[in-house]
Amino acid sequence: MANNYTDHEELRFELNHPLMKRIVELKERGFSEKDTCDYAPLDFDDAMDNYDRVLDITGELAGTVIADNAEGVDLEGPHHVGDRVNYASGTAANLDAMVKAGLNGMTMPRRYGGLNFPITPYTMCAELVAASDAGFGNIWSLQDCIETLYEFGNDDQHARFIPRICKGETMSMDLTEPDAGSDLQSVMLKATYDEAEDCWRLNGVKRFITNGDADLHLVLARSEEGTTDGRGLSMFIYDKRDGGVNVRRIENKLGIHGSPTCELVYKNAKAELCGSRRMGLIKYVMALMNGARLGIAAQSVGISQACYNEALAYATDRQQFGKPIVQFPAVADMLATMKAKLDAGRALLYQTARCVDIYKCLDDIARERKLTPEERAEQKLYAKMADSLTPLAKGMNSEYCNQNAYDGLQVHGGSGFMLDYPIQRYYRDARITSIYEGTTQLQVVAAIRYVTNGAYLQLMREYEQQAVADDLKPLQQRAKAMADKFEEAVAHVKEAADQSLLDLCARHLVEMAAETIMLHLLQYNATQRPDLFSKSVRVYANLAEADVAKHHTFVMQLTPDSVQHYM
Amino acid sequence: MGLKIVVLAKQVPDTRNVGKDAMTPEGTVNRAALPAIFNPEDLNALEQALRLKDQHPGTTVHILTMGPPRATDVIRDGLYRGADGGVLLTDRAFAGADTLATSYALSQAIKKMGMPDIVIGGRQAIDGDTAQVGPQVAQKLGLNQVTYVTCVEKVHDGKINLLRHIDGGMERVEAPLPILLTVNGNAAPCRPRNAKLVMKYKRAMAPLERPADGTLPHAEEYDKKPYLNVTQWSVADVDGDLQQCGLAGSPTKVKAVQNIVFKAKESKRLTGSDADVEDLIKELLDSHTIG
Repeated sequence: MANNYTDHEELRFELNHPLMKRIVELKERGFSEKDTCDYAPLDFDDAMDNYDRVLDITGELAGTVIADNAEGVDLEGPHHVGDRVNYASGTAANLDAMVKAGLNGMTMPRRYGGLNFPITPYTMCAELVAASDAGFGNIWSLQDCIETLYEFGNDDQHARFIPRICKGETMSMDLTEPDAGSDLQSVMLKATYDEAEDCWRLNGVKRFITNGDADLHLVLARSEEGTTDGRGLSMFIYDKRDGGVNVRRIENKLGIHGSPTCELVYKNAKAELCGSRRMGLIKYVMALMNGARLGIAAQSVGISQACYNEALAYATDRQQFGKPIVQFPAVADMLATMKAKLDAGRALLYQTARCVDIYKCLDDIARERKLTPEERAEQKLYAKMADSLTPLAKGMNSEYCNQNAYDGLQVHGGSGFMLDYPIQRYYRDARITSIYEGTTQLQVVAAIRYVTNGAYLQLMREYEQQAVADDLKPLQQRAKAMADKFEEAVAHVKEAADQSLLDLCARHLVEMAAETIMLHLLQYNATQRPDLFSKSVRVYANLAEADVAKHHTFVMQLTPDSVQHYM
Repeated sequence: MGLKIVVLAKQVPDTRNVGKDAMTPEGTVNRAALPAIFNPEDLNALEQALRLKDQHPGTTVHILTMGPPRATDVIRDGLYRGADGGVLLTDRAFAGADTLATSYALSQAIKKMGMPDIVIGGRQAIDGDTAQVGPQVAQKLGLNQVTYVTCVEKVHDGKINLLRHIDGGMERVEAPLPILLTVNGNAAPCRPRNAKLVMKYKRAMAPLERPADGTLPHAEEYDKKPYLNVTQWSVADVDGDLQQCGLAGSPTKVKAVQNIVFKAKESKRLTGSDADVEDLIKELLDSHTIG
């Protein structure tokens, strides 16, 4: 029986990273619930065993139920009936199976009915689901919006809403509007306070809302009349049970057909404020987006894995010139490159997830008691790491996912262009990953400050000190030379002191940083498990080194005068 | 009002995923090469039981299985999916049982468990494919029985409404409780393992599974949480008559095992004419290949 978790050992390797010790310790608060809750872990090993078992359940559901329904869901898509969304029949069956398996509200505290899982194993589940059906992955993964409600909502809101999500109700985050896409400061949806009913009322239109007919919505709306920028926006909770929001249409999309993308009309919809006024975009949506970006990075890795599986199976099976095509170096090159990008991107994703876990756990503890000075320093360190790595993980994995879909289809030759093989679905599904939750270009905007302030360089220099297996030492030297090139390119751009030049070079500089960091992460993996990673670390070194040289050449050529040729 | 339900389940070699080493050179089944799984149709039966539990608060669902200690796997699996408990029937004297001895042992265990409202199991196990055990258990317990069940529609006023698969269609049946049901593979698939239940029951164990050297991890948990101790019964525990158990109680004797090779029969050439098509349809109808 297919199981997306146990079929490939790489994910389990990522789960068993040494940082998990600290994460579990923080998340479980000294295993204080072991005598009051029958599913709470007794100790570290027990907690890790729980994660492994739940990943096994998720992998089995993804590899059987969700995989079996995927083609039908892609063909059927959701239905617009009246003002509501009816999921494709396979999507409804998938959701039912996930709810019965108890896989909702995974990261929420047990007192609300959650599993109290760290974000790392939850993100792994998201990868496993997306590998079988990326569109369904959205519907299921939007449960992580509850993180933001948990972080910024009050106790009363926690008690009313979190248990519902743990029982399987779905969520959406209503941000985008026709005139506010990447530029969320322009959001116009109007929130007015209704004195008579002592509640807020929402009026206006939202567009491109994933799972827009969800049970619970987090809505970004303008609460401060007369404002035009982000400081006039607040975040609201809309409960579908109260009514007032209708689905005007479902978009007809290139991919992720299972995931309904909706245009919503708010007609005096009753809503309640989440957190403080005016903090909607500045604080809460930023938190929401950071979580969602990790989710899209996981979705990208899932699709990458699916593409690799399909391409490898096809190339092993397909015979030309009297032998399987996998034996031709031109095909093997594509497959090895796909695997290297997959392994490197996954290593970056889970390193990011672990950093998020540590600082978020400490944030949560800080709500219960004062942190010690050591804990505060730890929180700051990991928050900074998480903030700097998240745009890299989202940006690089979504691009790699598209590249792997392209190469995966190429391996199929003419058959790949026919709609008969799953690779065509992955190819279409992949395309959105580098667009939503912030395009790759916007990830670069988020990441560039860590290029110019030296944070990435410092990280590379630290990784250069890590112990690696003897046979990997030459690779470590090559990674060091890549960092030198990066340092030189950054200095070149900084010296020119020209914002347009920096903006033009930004993507090149960010990719140089990302690829060098990923090469270090893969060296760690290959040191621990040469059987799994010794090939991909070498393939990736060749690829990343050549890429860094290319970007270096590009950046070093440019001066402020060059910008005019591009504008 | 709650119902008392016993689910008959068997751990079987996974004969659906047979690899090259599935048979020994001597021509017997190489059990070590085949993973042991929950018999598929027993999972369909468990789902029907769990649906009744969803509909009737207070209902209890217990798994009954006979086998070596490792067959406790099916009880744990049942607990992970929503069963309330289970009984492992294990004893060297049960070994080598054919369907008659098996149904004797199971019926003795059910008597000891206290007569349920519903005994439910899969139609047949994928290792023996006899479909005899369910009906024999019903006979020994003096219960009504309905076989080939596709769906338990409802239970009301001491009666049960069922949909059963019959040749060429479906049949709706109403029958009085208590009853024994065997369920077909085309019934609804079983719900997945539930994350919380897996974490709760993962240490559940039968006494014979405990390490012989006494190094039981988290031994104190078994005193604190009684549900971690899976009930285990021997022949004596169920007042079994040794003459009716295991090999001694099994009249079935295997005379020989034969490899069957399907050989191609003579071919027949048909044209596209209406007459030829009509003849073919008539022939297929007569042989009950279709219709």
